[in-house]
Amino acid sequence: MKTITTAAVLAVLVSGASWAEGIAPSKVSFDDGLVSASLTGVPGDPVNGRDVFKNRKLGNCLACHVNADMPEESFHGEVGPEMTGVADRWEEAELRGIVANSKMMFEGTIMPAFYIEEGYARPLEDFAGQSILTAQQVEDVVAYLMTLKED
Amino acid sequence: MTRTRMLLSAACAALLATGAQADENANMVIDGTEMKIRADAPAHMENVDEIMSGWVFRSVETQALQLDDFDNPAFVFVDQAIDLWDKVDGSEGKACSSCHEDVEDFAGLRTKLPRVDDGQLVSMENLVNECRTERMGAEPWKWSGGQMTAMTALIGLQSRGMPVDVAIDGDAAPFWEKGKELYYTRVGQLDMSCSNCHEDNYGVMIRADHLSQGQINGFPTYRLKNAKLNSTHGRFKGCMKNIRAEPFKEGGDEFKALELYLASRGSGLAVETPSVRN
Repeated sequence: MKTITTAAVLAVLVSGASWAEGIAPSKVSFDDGLVSASLTGVPGDPVNGRDVFKNRKLGNCLACHVNADMPEESFHGEVGPEMTGVADRWEEAELRGIVANSKMMFEGTIMPAFYIEEGYARPLEDFAGQSILTAQQVEDVVAYLMTLKED
Repeated sequence: MTRTRMLLSAACAALLATGAQADENANMVIDGTEMKIRADAPAHMENVDEIMSGWVFRSVETQALQLDDFDNPAFVFVDQAIDLWDKVDGSEGKACSSCHEDVEDFAGLRTKLPRVDDGQLVSMENLVNECRTERMGAEPWKWSGGQMTAMTALIGLQSRGMPVDVAIDGDAAPFWEKGKELYYTRVGQLDMSCSNCHEDNYGVMIRADHLSQGQINGFPTYRLKNAKLNSTHGRFKGCMKNIRAEPFKEGGDEFKALELYLASRGSGLAVETPSVRN
């Protein structure tokens, strides 16, 4: 009986763990480029999202987007639109869709899809089969972007 | 074109703000000779009106280093190649100078490479190594090694100021088409093509880097980043790794085809070898 209980607890822990990792990239449901449901069910952390945004090894979003919220950073890219007031212009579901895979909304965009794990050619071995960001990092970035209002 | 102008002026404003100002209107004069660093785009380029040397996009300080051969750090390596030129190597007891009286005889060669010889697309590195293995009985040099980049700098320098003029028709056509296809093909985890940055977004900042058109008329180029001469294929490799793509092989068919296509996108620009970049 004890063995059965332990097994049950383990099963809960295992499924709980996989749920926290979030929905698999291939299972994300896009509707006209929008992703309404959270990828993890865990609220995004805007503080961590800010770090993911500027970290060159994570999102490196700053490589392409000017962000007035980061005056401490010397170099802001100009390839994409500025982030100032981005939360006034877009809804959360739109931002989630754009970060996860902007090509679903903007065909032919230069912007990488941050939550796909296939569909790109010749990846370096270290990155093959992986998404650029984890599901939770996407949620964190979206939560951070939602704080960027003009007023 | 209006869009590009707007982006360029935005880039200038940002550069002023960060202090890394590029003088995009500067002219390049070396040893009293004006170098052609802007030209009308060749007819085959559908999306660009004007082609520009990568020098145009660099900071005033970096630009200055290329204007005087005493300041240009690449000339340390050119001097090494002058020594290599006379150095006997291999089983036949020959040096470059045993067959080639004067390196100046190679004036114009850089402008025509890569080219098709006997059905094969060949870059300058292939010609150098063919001499070494076939005529000198020596070991081939590594494609992007120090001896090879020094020698291709010395030989390329003999064409400095002459317009890039590669053939893209006839025998070269299939190689050129392959290079063009590679230029527009997205690769890597970041899923980007050469054109995404160097055709669609040249003139704007990608974080700390001022995006150029990816012209190769100055190669091998001395980069302040690694303080050595960098081969064209070595640079392609670096770009591919940046977008998290598995690079093609240096000296392989893909990079040679891409080299031909990129050279053709710079047709009419002056050979700048050896250039200085960041």
